[in-house]
Amino acid sequence: MSLTALSPKRAPRTGQDAPSALYDIPGPRARARHLVYGIVAALALLALVAWVIHLLVDTGQFAYVKWRPFGYVGVQELLLRGLGNTLKAFALAAVLALALGAVLATGRLSEHRPVRWVSTLLVEFFRAMPVLVMIFFVFVALEVQPLPALVTGLTLYNGSVLAEVFRSGVVSVDRGQREAAYALGMRKTQVMTYVLVPQAVRAMLPTIISQLVVALKDTSLGFLITYEEFLHAGRLIAINMDYTMPFIPVVIVISAVYIGLCMLLSWFANWVARRERGNLKNEAVPVGRAEAAPTMPGTRM
Amino acid sequence: MDVLTQNFSLYGEGFWGTVKLTVYSSLLALGVGVVMAGFRVAPVRALRVVGTAWVTVLRNTPLTLLFFAMLLGLPRFGVALPFELFAVLALGCYTSAFICEAVRSGINTVPVGQGEAARSLGMTFGQTLGAVVLPQAFRSVIAPIGSTLIALTKNSAIAGSFSVVELLSTYKTLSENGYSVIWSFVWIAVGYLILTLTISALFHAMERRWGVAR
Repeated sequence: MSLTALSPKRAPRTGQDAPSALYDIPGPRARARHLVYGIVAALALLALVAWVIHLLVDTGQFAYVKWRPFGYVGVQELLLRGLGNTLKAFALAAVLALALGAVLATGRLSEHRPVRWVSTLLVEFFRAMPVLVMIFFVFVALEVQPLPALVTGLTLYNGSVLAEVFRSGVVSVDRGQREAAYALGMRKTQVMTYVLVPQAVRAMLPTIISQLVVALKDTSLGFLITYEEFLHAGRLIAINMDYTMPFIPVVIVISAVYIGLCMLLSWFANWVARRERGNLKNEAVPVGRAEAAPTMPGTRM
Repeated sequence: MDVLTQNFSLYGEGFWGTVKLTVYSSLLALGVGVVMAGFRVAPVRALRVVGTAWVTVLRNTPLTLLFFAMLLGLPRFGVALPFELFAVLALGCYTSAFICEAVRSGINTVPVGQGEAARSLGMTFGQTLGAVVLPQAFRSVIAPIGSTLIALTKNSAIAGSFSVVELLSTYKTLSENGYSVIWSFVWIAVGYLILTLTISALFHAMERRWGVAR
Protein backbone atom coordinates (compact mmCIF):
# COMPACT_ATOMS: atom_id res chain seq x y z
CA MET A 1 0.00 0.00 0.00
CA SER A 2 1.44 3.31 -0.94
CA LEU A 3 1.80 6.23 1.45
CA THR A 4 -0.68 8.40 -0.40
CA ALA A 5 -3.47 5.90 0.23
CA LEU A 6 -2.86 6.20 3.96
CA SER A 7 -2.70 9.95 4.16
CA PRO A 8 -5.27 11.48 1.85
CA LYS A 9 -4.14 14.98 2.86
CA ARG A 10 -0.95 14.51 0.92
CA ALA A 11 -2.64 12.76 -1.96
CA PRO A 12 -1.91 14.36 -5.32
CA ARG A 13 -4.68 16.59 -6.55
CA THR A 14 -6.26 14.98 -9.55
CA GLY A 15 -7.55 18.19 -11.04
CA GLN A 16 -10.54 18.11 -8.69
CA ASP A 17 -11.22 19.79 -5.37
CA ALA A 18 -8.83 19.39 -2.48
CA PRO A 19 -9.16 15.95 -0.84
CA SER A 20 -11.98 15.89 1.69
CA ALA A 21 -11.71 14.55 5.21
CA LEU A 22 -15.18 13.07 4.89
CA TYR A 23 -14.35 10.10 2.69
CA ASP A 24 -11.34 8.00 1.74
CA ILE A 25 -9.55 8.39 -1.53
CA PRO A 26 -11.69 5.95 -3.55
CA GLY A 27 -10.11 2.65 -4.57
CA PRO A 28 -10.98 0.83 -7.79
CA ARG A 29 -14.28 -0.58 -6.49
CA ALA A 30 -15.41 2.68 -4.87
CA ARG A 31 -14.49 4.51 -8.07
CA ALA A 32 -16.65 2.12 -10.07
CA ARG A 33 -19.49 2.60 -7.59
CA HIS A 34 -19.14 6.39 -7.67
CA LEU A 35 -19.19 6.23 -11.45
CA VAL A 36 -22.52 4.40 -11.27
CA TYR A 37 -23.91 6.96 -8.78
CA GLY A 38 -22.61 9.75 -10.96
CA ILE A 39 -24.23 8.33 -14.09
CA VAL A 40 -27.53 7.77 -12.27
CA ALA A 41 -27.49 11.32 -10.91
CA ALA A 42 -26.55 12.76 -14.30
CA LEU A 43 -29.30 10.73 -15.99
CA ALA A 44 -31.88 11.88 -13.44
CA LEU A 45 -30.80 15.46 -14.01
CA LEU A 46 -30.89 15.05 -17.78
CA ALA A 47 -34.35 13.50 -17.51
CA LEU A 48 -35.51 16.50 -15.50
CA VAL A 49 -34.03 18.94 -17.99
CA ALA A 50 -35.50 16.96 -20.88
CA TRP A 51 -38.91 16.98 -19.20
CA VAL A 52 -38.76 20.74 -18.70
CA ILE A 53 -37.69 21.26 -22.31
CA HIS A 54 -40.44 18.90 -23.43
CA LEU A 55 -42.96 20.95 -21.44
CA LEU A 56 -41.61 24.16 -22.96
CA VAL A 57 -41.76 22.77 -26.50
CA ASP A 58 -45.13 21.17 -25.87
CA THR A 59 -46.67 24.47 -24.83
CA GLY A 60 -45.02 26.13 -27.82
CA GLN A 61 -42.61 28.34 -25.86
CA PHE A 62 -39.88 28.02 -28.48
CA ALA A 63 -42.22 28.92 -31.32
CA TYR A 64 -40.96 31.73 -33.51
CA VAL A 65 -43.90 34.00 -32.75
CA LYS A 66 -43.09 33.89 -29.02
CA TRP A 67 -39.53 35.09 -29.56
CA ARG A 68 -40.14 37.47 -32.44
CA PRO A 69 -40.84 40.48 -30.16
CA PHE A 70 -37.22 40.43 -28.97
CA GLY A 71 -36.21 41.33 -32.52
CA TYR A 72 -38.33 44.50 -32.50
CA VAL A 73 -36.41 47.71 -31.86
CA GLY A 74 -39.18 49.04 -29.63
CA VAL A 75 -39.09 45.97 -27.40
CA GLN A 76 -35.32 46.06 -27.20
CA GLU A 77 -35.44 49.74 -26.26
CA LEU A 78 -38.08 49.00 -23.63
CA LEU A 79 -35.94 46.28 -22.08
CA LEU A 80 -32.79 48.38 -22.21
CA ARG A 81 -34.58 51.33 -20.62
CA GLY A 82 -35.79 49.00 -17.88
CA LEU A 83 -32.29 47.67 -17.33
CA GLY A 84 -30.99 51.24 -17.29
CA ASN A 85 -33.52 52.17 -14.61
CA THR A 86 -32.54 49.11 -12.57
CA LEU A 87 -28.87 50.08 -12.78
CA LYS A 88 -29.70 53.71 -11.97
CA ALA A 89 -31.55 52.69 -8.80
CA PHE A 90 -28.67 50.35 -7.92
CA ALA A 91 -26.01 53.01 -8.42
CA LEU A 92 -27.90 55.59 -6.35
CA ALA A 93 -28.68 53.09 -3.58
CA ALA A 94 -25.09 51.77 -3.52
CA VAL A 95 -23.48 55.21 -3.20
CA LEU A 96 -25.98 56.46 -0.61
CA ALA A 97 -25.82 53.20 1.38
CA LEU A 98 -22.03 53.37 1.53
CA ALA A 99 -22.26 56.97 2.77
CA LEU A 100 -24.97 56.13 5.34
CA GLY A 101 -23.00 53.07 6.43
CA ALA A 102 -19.91 55.20 7.02
CA VAL A 103 -21.91 57.72 9.07
CA LEU A 104 -23.68 55.09 11.17
CA ALA A 105 -20.46 53.13 11.73
CA THR A 106 -18.74 56.33 12.91
CA GLY A 107 -21.68 56.89 15.22
CA ARG A 108 -21.49 53.40 16.66
CA LEU A 109 -17.74 53.74 17.25
CA SER A 110 -18.13 57.18 18.82
CA GLU A 111 -16.92 57.86 22.33
CA HIS A 112 -20.02 59.89 23.12
CA ARG A 113 -22.65 57.65 24.62
CA PRO A 114 -25.80 59.38 23.20
CA VAL A 115 -24.38 59.28 19.66
CA ARG A 116 -23.58 55.59 20.10
CA TRP A 117 -27.06 54.82 21.41
CA VAL A 118 -28.86 56.64 18.62
CA SER A 119 -26.77 54.97 15.92
CA THR A 120 -27.19 51.54 17.51
CA LEU A 121 -30.94 52.03 17.69
CA LEU A 122 -31.12 53.11 14.03
CA VAL A 123 -28.91 50.26 12.83
CA GLU A 124 -30.79 47.61 14.78
CA PHE A 125 -34.20 48.95 13.72
CA PHE A 126 -33.46 49.19 10.02
CA ARG A 127 -31.83 45.76 10.00
CA ALA A 128 -34.84 44.19 11.73
CA MET A 129 -37.41 45.74 9.33
CA PRO A 130 -38.19 44.08 6.02
CA VAL A 131 -36.78 46.35 3.32
CA LEU A 132 -40.12 46.10 1.50
CA VAL A 133 -41.97 47.57 4.50
CA MET A 134 -39.66 50.59 4.41
CA ILE A 135 -40.10 50.98 0.65
CA PHE A 136 -43.88 50.75 0.91
CA PHE A 137 -43.92 53.12 3.86
CA VAL A 138 -41.98 55.78 1.97
CA PHE A 139 -44.01 55.16 -1.17
CA VAL A 140 -47.50 55.09 0.39
CA ALA A 141 -47.25 57.20 3.51
CA LEU A 142 -44.86 59.90 2.31
CA GLU A 143 -46.33 59.79 -1.23
CA VAL A 144 -43.11 60.16 -3.20
CA GLN A 145 -42.21 58.89 -6.67
CA PRO A 146 -41.29 55.18 -6.99
CA LEU A 147 -37.56 55.78 -7.60
CA PRO A 148 -36.88 57.86 -4.46
CA ALA A 149 -38.99 55.42 -2.43
CA LEU A 150 -37.02 52.43 -3.71
CA VAL A 151 -33.66 54.15 -3.23
CA THR A 152 -34.59 55.32 0.28
CA GLY A 153 -35.63 51.83 1.38
CA LEU A 154 -32.56 50.18 -0.10
CA THR A 155 -30.26 52.87 1.36
CA LEU A 156 -31.66 52.57 4.88
CA TYR A 157 -31.43 48.77 4.94
CA ASN A 158 -28.10 48.27 3.16
CA GLY A 159 -26.59 51.30 4.89
CA SER A 160 -27.34 49.74 8.28
CA VAL A 161 -25.91 46.38 7.27
CA LEU A 162 -22.83 48.09 5.81
CA ALA A 163 -22.42 50.08 9.02
CA GLU A 164 -22.07 46.79 10.88
CA VAL A 165 -19.59 45.54 8.29
CA PHE A 166 -17.48 48.72 8.60
CA ARG A 167 -17.65 48.61 12.37
CA SER A 168 -16.67 44.96 12.66
CA GLY A 169 -13.81 45.66 10.25
CA VAL A 170 -12.48 48.52 12.39
CA VAL A 171 -12.93 46.51 15.58
CA SER A 172 -11.09 43.51 14.16
CA VAL A 173 -7.94 45.48 13.27
CA ASP A 174 -5.14 44.21 15.47
CA ARG A 175 -4.97 46.19 18.72
CA GLY A 176 -1.27 46.90 18.25
CA GLN A 177 -2.05 49.09 15.25
CA ARG A 178 -4.17 51.46 17.31
CA GLU A 179 -1.71 51.44 20.19
CA ALA A 180 1.23 52.13 17.92
CA ALA A 181 -0.63 55.00 16.28
CA TYR A 182 -1.46 56.56 19.64
CA ALA A 183 2.14 56.05 20.73
CA LEU A 184 3.26 58.06 17.71
CA GLY A 185 1.14 60.92 19.05
CA MET A 186 -1.73 60.71 16.56
CA ARG A 187 -5.10 62.09 17.57
CA LYS A 188 -8.31 60.05 17.65
CA THR A 189 -9.40 61.16 14.19
CA GLN A 190 -5.96 60.57 12.75
CA VAL A 191 -5.82 57.07 14.19
CA MET A 192 -9.15 56.37 12.57
CA THR A 193 -8.53 57.90 9.16
CA TYR A 194 -4.87 57.03 8.65
CA VAL A 195 -4.55 53.68 10.43
CA LEU A 196 -7.76 51.83 11.20
CA VAL A 197 -10.19 52.68 8.39
CA PRO A 198 -7.85 51.99 5.45
CA GLN A 199 -7.02 48.54 6.80
CA ALA A 200 -10.63 47.79 7.74
CA VAL A 201 -12.05 48.81 4.37
CA ARG A 202 -9.40 46.86 2.49
CA ALA A 203 -10.12 43.74 4.51
CA MET A 204 -13.90 44.15 4.36
CA LEU A 205 -14.01 44.88 0.63
CA PRO A 206 -15.25 41.36 -0.29
CA THR A 207 -18.10 41.59 2.23
CA ILE A 208 -18.97 45.12 1.09
CA ILE A 209 -19.19 44.05 -2.56
CA SER A 210 -21.33 41.05 -1.58
CA GLN A 211 -23.71 43.38 0.21
CA LEU A 212 -23.92 45.43 -2.99
CA VAL A 213 -25.06 42.24 -4.76
CA VAL A 214 -27.94 42.16 -2.27
CA ALA A 215 -28.75 45.78 -3.13
CA LEU A 216 -28.69 44.94 -6.85
CA LYS A 217 -31.05 41.99 -6.34
CA ASP A 218 -33.36 44.09 -4.18
CA THR A 219 -33.77 46.77 -6.87
CA SER A 220 -36.27 44.31 -8.34
CA LEU A 221 -38.55 45.19 -5.41
CA GLY A 222 -39.20 48.38 -7.37
CA PHE A 223 -41.41 46.19 -9.56
CA LEU A 224 -43.89 45.96 -6.67
CA ILE A 225 -44.23 49.77 -6.41
CA THR A 226 -44.56 50.25 -10.18
CA TYR A 227 -41.03 51.57 -10.67
CA GLU A 228 -40.30 51.08 -14.37
CA GLU A 229 -37.33 48.77 -13.94
CA PHE A 230 -36.23 45.64 -15.78
CA LEU A 231 -38.90 43.27 -14.44
CA HIS A 232 -41.56 45.88 -15.10
CA ALA A 233 -40.45 46.17 -18.72
CA GLY A 234 -40.52 42.37 -18.99
CA ARG A 235 -44.07 42.26 -17.66
CA LEU A 236 -45.24 44.84 -20.17
CA ILE A 237 -44.01 42.58 -22.98
CA ALA A 238 -45.30 39.42 -21.31
CA ILE A 239 -48.88 40.65 -21.02
CA ASN A 240 -49.00 42.14 -24.52
CA MET A 241 -51.63 40.40 -26.63
CA ASP A 242 -49.99 41.52 -29.89
CA TYR A 243 -46.86 39.58 -28.98
CA THR A 244 -48.93 36.43 -28.10
CA MET A 245 -48.08 36.98 -24.40
CA PRO A 246 -44.56 35.48 -24.45
CA PHE A 247 -44.33 35.04 -20.68
CA ILE A 248 -41.84 32.18 -20.51
CA PRO A 249 -39.39 33.66 -23.07
CA VAL A 250 -39.48 36.92 -21.12
CA VAL A 251 -38.72 35.11 -17.86
CA ILE A 252 -35.86 33.23 -19.53
CA VAL A 253 -34.31 36.43 -20.93
CA ILE A 254 -34.76 38.45 -17.72
CA SER A 255 -33.43 35.73 -15.43
CA ALA A 256 -30.39 35.26 -17.63
CA VAL A 257 -29.56 38.98 -17.45
CA TYR A 258 -30.21 39.30 -13.69
CA ILE A 259 -28.32 36.13 -12.75
CA GLY A 260 -25.49 37.11 -15.08
CA LEU A 261 -25.16 40.57 -13.53
CA CYS A 262 -25.27 39.28 -9.95
CA MET A 263 -22.85 36.46 -10.67
CA LEU A 264 -20.44 38.91 -12.23
CA LEU A 265 -20.51 41.04 -9.08
CA SER A 266 -20.28 37.96 -6.79
CA TRP A 267 -17.36 36.68 -8.79
CA PHE A 268 -15.69 40.08 -8.43
CA ALA A 269 -16.18 39.89 -4.64
CA ASN A 270 -14.56 36.45 -4.58
CA TRP A 271 -11.70 37.64 -6.75
CA VAL A 272 -11.08 40.58 -4.40
CA ALA A 273 -11.24 38.22 -1.41
CA ARG A 274 -8.60 35.91 -2.92
CA ARG A 275 -6.40 38.86 -3.82
CA GLU A 276 -6.69 40.51 -0.40
CA ARG A 277 -5.95 37.26 1.41
CA GLY A 278 -2.61 37.03 -0.32
CA ASN A 279 -1.84 40.68 0.39
CA LEU A 280 0.81 41.46 3.01
CA LYS A 281 -0.98 44.71 3.88
CA ASN A 282 -3.73 42.66 5.54
CA GLU A 283 -1.54 41.08 8.19
CA ALA A 284 -3.16 43.04 11.02
CA VAL A 285 -6.78 42.29 10.17
CA PRO A 286 -8.61 39.14 9.05
CA VAL A 287 -10.05 39.50 5.53
CA GLY A 288 -13.84 39.36 5.47
CA ARG A 289 -15.66 36.65 3.58
CA ALA A 290 -17.21 37.27 0.19
CA GLU A 291 -20.63 36.69 1.67
CA ALA A 292 -23.38 39.08 2.66
CA ALA A 293 -24.26 37.99 6.16
CA PRO A 294 -26.60 40.18 8.16
CA THR A 295 -26.43 38.80 11.68
CA MET A 296 -29.28 38.26 14.12
CA PRO A 297 -30.35 41.29 16.14
CA GLY A 298 -28.29 41.45 19.32
CA THR A 299 -25.41 39.40 17.94
CA ARG A 300 -21.94 40.82 18.03
CA MET A 301 -20.34 40.47 14.63
CA MET B 1 -53.84 52.73 18.90
CA ASP B 2 -57.36 52.77 17.44
CA VAL B 3 -56.07 51.35 14.18
CA LEU B 4 -54.92 48.21 15.98
CA THR B 5 -57.90 47.70 18.27
CA GLN B 6 -60.51 48.31 15.56
CA ASN B 7 -58.81 46.02 13.06
CA PHE B 8 -57.45 43.41 15.39
CA SER B 9 -58.84 40.49 13.37
CA LEU B 10 -57.38 41.88 10.14
CA TYR B 11 -53.96 42.31 11.72
CA GLY B 12 -54.27 38.89 13.35
CA GLU B 13 -55.05 37.29 10.02
CA GLY B 14 -52.06 39.00 8.36
CA PHE B 15 -49.76 38.13 11.24
CA TRP B 16 -50.89 34.52 11.18
CA GLY B 17 -50.34 34.44 7.38
CA THR B 18 -46.76 35.64 7.83
CA VAL B 19 -46.17 33.10 10.61
CA LYS B 20 -47.48 30.26 8.43
CA LEU B 21 -45.39 31.38 5.44
CA THR B 22 -42.31 31.59 7.66
CA VAL B 23 -42.76 28.20 9.32
CA TYR B 24 -43.55 26.19 6.18
CA SER B 25 -40.83 27.88 4.10
CA SER B 26 -38.31 27.40 6.92
CA LEU B 27 -39.02 23.67 7.04
CA LEU B 28 -38.67 23.39 3.26
CA ALA B 29 -35.50 25.51 3.25
CA LEU B 30 -33.89 23.55 6.09
CA GLY B 31 -34.68 20.20 4.45
CA VAL B 32 -33.50 21.13 0.97
CA GLY B 33 -30.56 23.17 2.31
CA VAL B 34 -29.11 20.32 4.38
CA VAL B 35 -29.53 17.83 1.51
CA MET B 36 -27.81 20.27 -0.88
CA ALA B 37 -24.98 20.81 1.62
CA GLY B 38 -24.58 17.01 1.71
CA PHE B 39 -24.45 17.00 -2.09
CA ARG B 40 -21.80 19.72 -2.11
CA VAL B 41 -19.37 17.67 0.00
CA ALA B 42 -20.26 14.26 -1.53
CA PRO B 43 -17.64 12.04 -3.18
CA VAL B 44 -19.74 11.81 -6.35
CA ARG B 45 -18.90 14.60 -8.72
CA ALA B 46 -22.32 14.84 -10.37
CA LEU B 47 -23.93 15.51 -6.98
CA ARG B 48 -21.37 18.22 -6.19
CA VAL B 49 -22.18 19.89 -9.50
CA VAL B 50 -25.91 19.77 -8.74
CA GLY B 51 -25.37 21.32 -5.29
CA THR B 52 -23.09 24.05 -6.61
CA ALA B 53 -25.44 24.91 -9.48
CA TRP B 54 -28.45 25.08 -7.11
CA VAL B 55 -26.67 27.46 -4.77
CA THR B 56 -25.09 29.64 -7.46
CA VAL B 57 -28.29 30.14 -9.43
CA LEU B 58 -30.62 30.74 -6.47
CA ARG B 59 -28.25 33.02 -4.58
CA ASN B 60 -27.93 35.26 -7.63
CA THR B 61 -31.64 35.41 -8.49
CA PRO B 62 -33.70 38.29 -7.12
CA LEU B 63 -36.50 36.87 -4.98
CA THR B 64 -39.05 39.08 -6.74
CA LEU B 65 -38.09 37.49 -10.05
CA LEU B 66 -38.48 34.02 -8.50
CA PHE B 67 -41.97 34.94 -7.26
CA PHE B 68 -42.80 36.48 -10.63
CA ALA B 69 -41.64 33.38 -12.53
CA MET B 70 -43.24 30.86 -10.18
CA LEU B 71 -46.59 32.48 -9.42
CA LEU B 72 -47.24 33.69 -12.93
CA GLY B 73 -45.18 31.18 -14.93
CA LEU B 74 -46.01 27.74 -13.56
CA PRO B 75 -49.77 28.09 -14.22
CA ARG B 76 -48.88 28.30 -17.92
CA PHE B 77 -47.86 24.64 -17.68
CA GLY B 78 -51.13 23.69 -16.04
CA VAL B 79 -49.56 23.64 -12.57
CA ALA B 80 -52.44 25.15 -10.62
CA LEU B 81 -51.65 25.43 -6.93
CA PRO B 82 -52.87 27.88 -4.30
CA PHE B 83 -50.87 31.13 -4.14
CA GLU B 84 -49.71 30.28 -0.62
CA LEU B 85 -48.07 27.06 -1.84
CA PHE B 86 -46.28 28.87 -4.68
CA ALA B 87 -45.07 31.46 -2.20
CA VAL B 88 -43.78 28.75 0.17
CA LEU B 89 -41.99 27.04 -2.74
CA ALA B 90 -40.35 30.27 -3.91
CA LEU B 91 -39.32 31.39 -0.41
CA GLY B 92 -38.21 27.90 0.62
CA CYS B 93 -36.09 27.23 -2.47
CA TYR B 94 -34.53 30.70 -2.34
CA THR B 95 -33.61 30.39 1.35
CA SER B 96 -32.39 26.80 0.97
CA ALA B 97 -29.39 28.09 -0.99
CA PHE B 98 -28.35 30.26 1.98
CA ILE B 99 -29.01 27.45 4.48
CA CYS B 100 -26.85 25.17 2.32
CA GLU B 101 -23.95 27.61 2.44
CA ALA B 102 -24.33 28.06 6.21
CA VAL B 103 -24.32 24.29 6.78
CA ARG B 104 -21.39 23.81 4.43
CA SER B 105 -19.27 26.38 6.23
CA GLY B 106 -20.37 24.72 9.48
CA ILE B 107 -19.06 21.40 8.17
CA ASN B 108 -15.75 23.14 7.45
CA THR B 109 -15.45 24.28 11.07
CA VAL B 110 -15.44 20.68 12.35
CA PRO B 111 -11.81 19.66 12.95
CA VAL B 112 -10.39 17.43 10.20
CA GLY B 113 -9.43 14.84 12.83
CA GLN B 114 -13.10 14.05 13.46
CA GLY B 115 -13.71 12.98 9.88
CA GLU B 116 -10.41 11.12 9.76
CA ALA B 117 -11.16 9.27 12.99
CA ALA B 118 -14.61 8.30 11.70
CA ARG B 119 -13.09 6.98 8.51
CA SER B 120 -10.41 5.04 10.34
CA LEU B 121 -13.23 3.29 12.21
CA GLY B 122 -14.47 2.15 8.83
CA MET B 123 -17.46 4.48 8.58
CA THR B 124 -18.85 5.22 5.15
CA PHE B 125 -19.36 8.74 3.81
CA GLY B 126 -23.00 8.74 4.92
CA GLN B 127 -22.11 7.58 8.42
CA THR B 128 -19.20 10.01 8.74
CA LEU B 129 -21.36 12.92 7.67
CA GLY B 130 -24.57 11.94 9.47
CA ALA B 131 -23.27 10.53 12.73
CA VAL B 132 -20.03 12.44 13.31
CA VAL B 133 -19.63 15.65 11.33
CA LEU B 134 -23.16 17.10 10.99
CA PRO B 135 -24.04 16.84 14.71
CA GLN B 136 -20.90 18.82 15.51
CA ALA B 137 -21.46 21.22 12.62
CA PHE B 138 -24.98 21.89 13.97
CA ARG B 139 -23.43 23.49 17.04
CA SER B 140 -21.65 26.14 15.01
CA VAL B 141 -24.40 26.87 12.47
CA ILE B 142 -27.15 27.86 14.95
CA ALA B 143 -26.43 31.60 14.70
CA PRO B 144 -26.02 31.74 10.88
CA ILE B 145 -29.22 29.71 10.40
CA GLY B 146 -31.02 32.05 12.81
CA SER B 147 -29.95 35.05 10.70
CA THR B 148 -31.05 33.27 7.54
CA LEU B 149 -34.49 32.46 8.96
CA ILE B 150 -34.91 36.07 10.11
CA ALA B 151 -34.09 37.13 6.55
CA LEU B 152 -36.72 34.63 5.38
CA THR B 153 -39.35 36.18 7.65
CA LYS B 154 -38.56 39.61 6.28
CA ASN B 155 -38.57 38.35 2.69
CA SER B 156 -42.03 36.85 3.16
CA ALA B 157 -43.36 40.42 2.86
CA ILE B 158 -42.91 40.09 -0.91
CA ALA B 159 -45.61 37.41 -0.99
CA GLY B 160 -48.19 40.05 -0.02
CA SER B 161 -47.80 41.70 -3.41
CA PHE B 162 -48.62 38.36 -5.07
CA SER B 163 -52.11 37.90 -3.57
CA VAL B 164 -51.02 36.03 -0.44
CA VAL B 165 -52.55 37.12 2.87
CA GLU B 166 -49.73 38.34 5.10
CA LEU B 167 -48.84 41.20 7.41
CA LEU B 168 -47.62 43.89 4.99
CA SER B 169 -50.61 43.52 2.64
CA THR B 170 -53.01 44.55 5.45
CA TYR B 171 -52.10 48.20 4.79
CA LYS B 172 -54.15 48.15 1.56
CA THR B 173 -57.40 47.22 3.29
CA LEU B 174 -56.70 49.72 6.05
CA SER B 175 -56.02 52.63 3.73
CA GLU B 176 -59.14 51.75 1.71
CA ASN B 177 -61.11 51.97 4.95
CA GLY B 178 -59.62 55.39 5.56
CA TYR B 179 -57.34 54.66 8.48
CA SER B 180 -54.14 56.62 9.04
CA VAL B 181 -51.43 55.15 6.81
CA ILE B 182 -48.66 56.01 9.24
CA TRP B 183 -50.29 54.26 12.16
CA SER B 184 -51.16 51.18 10.13
CA PHE B 185 -47.49 50.93 9.17
CA VAL B 186 -46.39 51.40 12.76
CA TRP B 187 -48.38 48.31 13.77
CA ILE B 188 -47.11 46.35 10.77
CA ALA B 189 -43.57 47.23 11.84
CA VAL B 190 -44.36 46.12 15.40
CA GLY B 191 -45.65 42.82 14.02
CA TYR B 192 -42.43 42.17 12.13
CA LEU B 193 -40.34 43.21 15.13
CA ILE B 194 -42.23 40.72 17.31
CA LEU B 195 -41.52 37.94 14.81
CA THR B 196 -37.85 38.70 14.16
CA LEU B 197 -37.07 39.29 17.84
CA THR B 198 -38.82 36.02 18.78
CA ILE B 199 -36.77 34.05 16.27
CA SER B 200 -33.66 35.87 17.44
CA ALA B 201 -34.39 35.05 21.10
CA LEU B 202 -35.13 31.42 20.20
CA PHE B 203 -31.84 30.99 18.36
CA HIS B 204 -29.89 32.84 21.05
CA ALA B 205 -31.32 30.37 23.58
CA MET B 206 -30.37 27.45 21.34
CA GLU B 207 -26.93 28.95 20.88
CA ARG B 208 -26.47 29.18 24.66
CA ARG B 209 -27.71 25.61 25.11
CA TRP B 210 -25.85 23.85 22.29
CA GLY B 211 -23.54 26.38 20.65
CA VAL B 212 -19.79 26.04 20.53
CA ALA B 213 -18.18 27.94 23.39
CA ARG B 214 -16.14 30.74 21.85
